[in-house]
Amino acid sequence: MSPEPLSRAPIARRTVLKASLLAGGGFALDALIPLPASALAAARGEPAARAQLSAFVSVAADGTVTIVSKNPEIGQGIKTSLPMIVADELDCDWSQVRITQADLDQARYGEQYAGGSTATTRDWLPMRQTGAAARAMLLAAAAQRWRVSATELTTSRGRIFHRASGRSLGYGAVASAAAAVPPPDLAQVPLKDPSEFTIIGQRVVGTDSARIVRGAPIFGMDTRLPGMLYAVYEVAPAYGGRLVKADVEAARRAPGVRHVIPIVGNGDYDSGLADGVAILASHWWLANEARAQLAVEWNLSAARGHSSSVYRANADAAIAHGPQADLRVDGDAAGQLATAAKRIGARYDYPFIAHAPLEPQNCAARFSDGKLEIWAPTQTPQRGLAALEKALGIAPASVTLHLTRSGGGFGRRLMNDYLIQAAAIARAVPGVPVQLIWSREDDMRRDYYRPGGWHSFEAGVSERGELVAFTDHFVTFGDGKTTARAAGYNTAMPPAGLVPHLRYSQSMMPTVVNTGALRAPGSNALAFASQSFLDEVAYAAGTDLPRLMLSLLGEPREVAAPGGGVPFDTGRARAVIARVLEVSDWAQQPAGSRRAKGFAFYFSHRGYFAEVVEASVAGSDITVHKVWVAGDIGSHIVNPMGAENQVRGAVIDGLAQALAGQAIEFVDGAAQQSNFHDFPLARMPLAPEIEIAWVRSAKPPTGLGEPALPPVIPALTNAIFAATGTRVRSLPIRLHSA
Amino acid sequence: MGYRLEVNGTVHEVQVPGEMPLLWVLRDELGLVGTKYGCGKGYCGACTVHLDGATVRSCLLKVASVGTAKIHTIEHIGTSAAGERLQRAWLEIDVMQCGYCQAGQIMSACALLARSASPSDAEINAAMSGNICRCGCYNRIRSAIRIAAGLKEEADHVA
Ligand code: FES
Ligand code: FES
Repeated sequence: MSPEPLSRAPIARRTVLKASLLAGGGFALDALIPLPASALAAARGEPAARAQLSAFVSVAADGTVTIVSKNPEIGQGIKTSLPMIVADELDCDWSQVRITQADLDQARYGEQYAGGSTATTRDWLPMRQTGAAARAMLLAAAAQRWRVSATELTTSRGRIFHRASGRSLGYGAVASAAAAVPPPDLAQVPLKDPSEFTIIGQRVVGTDSARIVRGAPIFGMDTRLPGMLYAVYEVAPAYGGRLVKADVEAARRAPGVRHVIPIVGNGDYDSGLADGVAILASHWWLANEARAQLAVEWNLSAARGHSSSVYRANADAAIAHGPQADLRVDGDAAGQLATAAKRIGARYDYPFIAHAPLEPQNCAARFSDGKLEIWAPTQTPQRGLAALEKALGIAPASVTLHLTRSGGGFGRRLMNDYLIQAAAIARAVPGVPVQLIWSREDDMRRDYYRPGGWHSFEAGVSERGELVAFTDHFVTFGDGKTTARAAGYNTAMPPAGLVPHLRYSQSMMPTVVNTGALRAPGSNALAFASQSFLDEVAYAAGTDLPRLMLSLLGEPREVAAPGGGVPFDTGRARAVIARVLEVSDWAQQPAGSRRAKGFAFYFSHRGYFAEVVEASVAGSDITVHKVWVAGDIGSHIVNPMGAENQVRGAVIDGLAQALAGQAIEFVDGAAQQSNFHDFPLARMPLAPEIEIAWVRSAKPPTGLGEPALPPVIPALTNAIFAATGTRVRSLPIRLHSA
Repeated sequence: MGYRLEVNGTVHEVQVPGEMPLLWVLRDELGLVGTKYGCGKGYCGACTVHLDGATVRSCLLKVASVGTAKIHTIEHIGTSAAGERLQRAWLEIDVMQCGYCQAGQIMSACALLARSASPSDAEINAAMSGNICRCGCYNRIRSAIRIAAGLKEEADHVA
């Protein structure tokens, strides 16, 4: 085994480790400090026979390896894939491995976060080093026992071998001796050559899957505490609403109701505590029913005029008026447009959409003796702690936060509003455990929506069919200085850096509505608008989008992103485009009228994805027959079983955004949609066959929760154009029958 | 009001208002939390249970309307041959992402196999279209049903 070049990366120096946390997040020194086994067993109520080699790894006498999974599991498969990385370097057999979920403790585990497809990028090397360090400790213990040098020892599937003498033993036999071995320097610990991986790259079934198919209690919603009451939290019908007065007597007398508690928040209805009235009852349904008995007066003046129709009119006016600010100017786009052989322009827009994870927001909490204990499905537990302190003045040191499995995240649970509400309610009834559950209607109306947006594009094409100038005026939401959350632009968006004359500009209008990151934030909408318009450009230039993209990408090279963002590798982009054209047999358009293939490419969250959609149109009905996906997320797919699921899920998510009729509309700051009848999700008949082809570039692996989503929407709209000659420039897609 | 419910072969006496949907009796009274709340309005199927072998949306079914029907939930489905085959198929190809919808999916699939031992794709689509999977695991749900039905199923199509 030889250290491979990757080990040059993040964890470089022992001194950095001593500072506990690495720059850029990552890994705690504590992770390598062995704890006395007795202390650990007492804390966890487990037999003391398990020897703790580090915060992440312990080995029992029978050879069972327990690996701690540090990040929140929201369906992205991290509770399986990160332990796989540890187990591979530990060189044990996957069947020996048990996985436990860590509570929030960043001093001990490093960053604990689920969002932005960041974990694989961040944790790939530290998780390998963690496994390798534990293996080195086991080897050292075996070497001591046999009085040989550790360099004479090899390992395989959880056993240590001394070939010279023909001796071998299982990890369990030296586990407790290994726990007393000083942990090695992470930066020096030898890592496997990737050709030696035995677990990474295998199809591994999810850690919790067997429990899920039996209906075992593992979700936040399933938390049950002795004497627990169920709560609902009634908030204002519109964003920014303030509680004026509440008559709670009738609700208090409703069946099963134990407490009705008006709560005045901290005025920060975005990331703090919104005003509301909590109802606590013996059963959740009784608490929810009692809402009808509440008589609450709200001040809704802040939301007046915040209606979708007004937003649309504002966008029209902004586009007519011209941009408020330039975001990126390369060359002289206006001059080139004026003299271009061909000049085309089009407007694109998309609506606000909700996350709608199938498990509604919920959180259990108990406040006693000044201490708060929380069970939460959250993507950002650490931010939850900070928000608790800000909104309720509860110090992080007084909080214990247990991470439950989440029934979907999609970015919704990056925000901890429900967690703060649960804590505020629990504090009002000290000693009584409370589970706050939002109804589906609460969830739909109180989201941090993917914001709507408008684009006005122009492009100039030369005599020879080259794209010479490209402009986009983006109309979005913000206070005039800063854009609203997840409402910003991406100035590195292709064709930026690939076309000499380019102008990206922006206008903003205010909104009272909470906005936020939704799976592939920014990219999910920008890809639709820009790749659909580039398809128009390709037609105008007498070519097709893949050819136009390949000519723009040019020679393989790195294009720097403004502001030090992740550079864009045109070679990796070319490779996935070439691959998808090959697997989809792009040159061969399908037989039959009003049936065609469409293409799109996008780069987001470090992943390169090119996709082809084959669709047909009959009247106003659109059928997606097949989707081909070519993706490059680096040298290894840690768990193809989970990875393929992520890709298919992202594709279906995108198709639903385009085809199912998803749009949240507002009237005076109140969302008009409330449940799955008026905000439809994908159902089984929508799901086409999805073929996946991986391009493995020699780069460290990166995340997969998001980058497969953005290209599928423009690939679909471009297929619809190819099939019908009709451009789709607005989401959700609504075709009028021909 | 008091109601006698036979759930997974055990008789329970519950004291709850007759209007309370079965879902909340299962979850908050009997502690059977495998059956999930997703929408409360019959749209998503997360709350699917069997009543005398047929699927019902437990979020819509008032406990007073259950009568003497036998209730089966995800916690018990593995004791039936079809349920056990479905659970095994689900694990063979690791159907789930977040997993929240899967109890309802398996309950619907089980009722389908009871009606139609080797369902066509169209039958599968029709029988399962009341169950939403927000994560979009539909391809694998279809495959797992085919596997459980003993139909020939191609390995996950990956280049
Ligand atoms: S919770 Fe019953 S159908 Fe959705
Ligand atoms: S697996 Fe998440 S909703 Fe189906």
